[in-house]
Amino acid sequence: MATAWPGTSYSGVHMTVADNQVEGTATAELRARRVDGTLCLTLGGDWLVNAPLPPLQDVSRQLAQTPKPDAVRFDATELGRWDSGLVTRLIDIYRDAQTHEVRFDDGGLPEGARRLIALAFAVKPREGAARTQRKTPFVQKVGKSAQAAWQTGVDFVTFVGEATLSIGRFATGRATYLKSDVWQHVEEAGVNALPIVSLISVLIGMIFAFVGVTQLRAFGAGIYTANLVAVAMIREMAPIMTAIIMAGRTGAAYAAEIGTMKVNEEIDALTTLGINPIDFLVTPRMMALVLMIPALTMYASMMGIIGGAIVGLAMIDASFVQYVQQTISSVALWDLFTGLLMCVVFGALVALSGCQQGIACGTSAMAVGQATTRAVVMGIVLIVVAASVLTIIFINLGI
Amino acid sequence: MSQSVGNAEAHVEVRDLTMSYGDFVIQKNLNFTVRRGDIFIIMGGSGCGKSTLLKVMIGLKSPSAGDVCYEGEDFWAAELARQKEMKRKFGTLFQSGALWSGMTLAENVALPLKQYTKLSDLEIRDLCAYKLALVGLAGFEDFYPSEISGGMKKRAGLARAMAMDPDILFFDEPSAGLDPISAKLLDDLILELRDSLGTTVVIVTHELASIFSIGNNAVFLDPVTKTQLATGDPKELRDHSPNFVVRNFLMRGTAEVSE
Repeated sequence: MATAWPGTSYSGVHMTVADNQVEGTATAELRARRVDGTLCLTLGGDWLVNAPLPPLQDVSRQLAQTPKPDAVRFDATELGRWDSGLVTRLIDIYRDAQTHEVRFDDGGLPEGARRLIALAFAVKPREGAARTQRKTPFVQKVGKSAQAAWQTGVDFVTFVGEATLSIGRFATGRATYLKSDVWQHVEEAGVNALPIVSLISVLIGMIFAFVGVTQLRAFGAGIYTANLVAVAMIREMAPIMTAIIMAGRTGAAYAAEIGTMKVNEEIDALTTLGINPIDFLVTPRMMALVLMIPALTMYASMMGIIGGAIVGLAMIDASFVQYVQQTISSVALWDLFTGLLMCVVFGALVALSGCQQGIACGTSAMAVGQATTRAVVMGIVLIVVAASVLTIIFINLGI
Repeated sequence: MSQSVGNAEAHVEVRDLTMSYGDFVIQKNLNFTVRRGDIFIIMGGSGCGKSTLLKVMIGLKSPSAGDVCYEGEDFWAAELARQKEMKRKFGTLFQSGALWSGMTLAENVALPLKQYTKLSDLEIRDLCAYKLALVGLAGFEDFYPSEISGGMKKRAGLARAMAMDPDILFFDEPSAGLDPISAKLLDDLILELRDSLGTTVVIVTHELASIFSIGNNAVFLDPVTKTQLATGDPKELRDHSPNFVVRNFLMRGTAEVSE
């Protein structure tokens, strides 16, 4: 009995859910009475998990009574169908009987139920295996999260260092990677992103123009909407919006792809062959994104300006030529340069956070999901922080 | 059936090895020798650190103490560049095959060749076709890993592990998830490779049928005492090991307590 293990089939056990839902279930009944010093429990009806089962307080009370019964025994002649519902109740009674040092006589129970109870107590619970829930003090929680945040920072900086070394190997031709891979990533991070970038940029341009027109028209300066849209798009909005789209689209994909490879031991397979996973997986992705993001940003600026022009021309008294000339006169080459510099930084940050989370991913399906989420959150936070820092630098430099 | 290689030279020596994750010790004081041409089994109950030991042996995880020596040279004391050179002689078949899912089978087998040799594309293609044919996957060159069955993935993984004609092949649970016939075929393939190429083979498994039919040397890891309980020929250990736990494991829990 003690060596029995799950997997054996027991006759008389109904454990399917469908069974429980069958109509015409007889109500479970429990009668407890004392017969010559023993507690006799009569079980009747169907004892099923999904059906309401009688409470055990009465049994508990009788077990605790003085004089206590010599034994508890069962009469299951009227018992109908049963499943785990019965067995868990019986186990409760068994434990109760043990605490009150009352003999548990299972002779009257169905054969299958007796064996299942024996099986449940066959292996002692492993000591320390059950996780005890302890309340962590608030200060400890704060400290732990601060430590975790610091560790995340350290990991990211380490990863940036590794990626930099890898770029060095790339430049000197010592890195192992597949050229076809790079082109595939270029296509994925470039051409395939055009539809979503178009949509978002046009809409952003339109929103800016709408806000601009309603405010500036009051001063009779409606035509300056063209300046507002062009400068905002080229200097800030196009780089930031493109980068955020890429964080949600490409950064997440990088984290999920690399994370799944980690789960599947594909990264270990690379390492054992002496291929550096950073060289093989990270650098081609980073290069593809950094190459493509300036092109996407310029495209986004153009689409934004077109969106702005649609609203502007519809709402102010200006000819098409006037609007275009106003737009051209408002932007300098420096504006384009600062925008492109920003987006290259953002692209590198998005690729790095995506790949870093992928490489640091745990080895379960849940870990891949967490890595993807973290990659996107981290990417967006880094974009916004970098945007603020760069804008301040550019303003102070007067460009 | 297994040929006698009793006097062969030591290929891998593990000395006083301790492995841990942080402060948590997995296994300590491991000492065993894998001879050239051995089919060496790393066995033990679930969760005893078999796969971790394999990771330490193939250079994926550093030990917290002790040495792993290949032909007398300490792997973990060597410089990174030297480690990389030593790894070149390893072939590893991971539990699920671990084929690179973005590449076809031929590309999977070709990558190590591209990494380490100066062969032309045509020569590489011929070699890949040959390696895939060896494991019974001729004609599957252009299939992606997602398009083939689990057993085929394992065999393709083996073709990749053999791409560089390794001195030593490592297998992580080769028969896990395979039907008995496929598992037997894989065992036969492993034996065939050892006999024809003289490759040393190290296998992590708890599949008794495999252990007895191909293994000629073994180490038994115990999760309770966190160290090895026995090392030697698995059949010998089953019949004559003084340790009850080892005999009981090798007899599928039917050993009788002696003494």
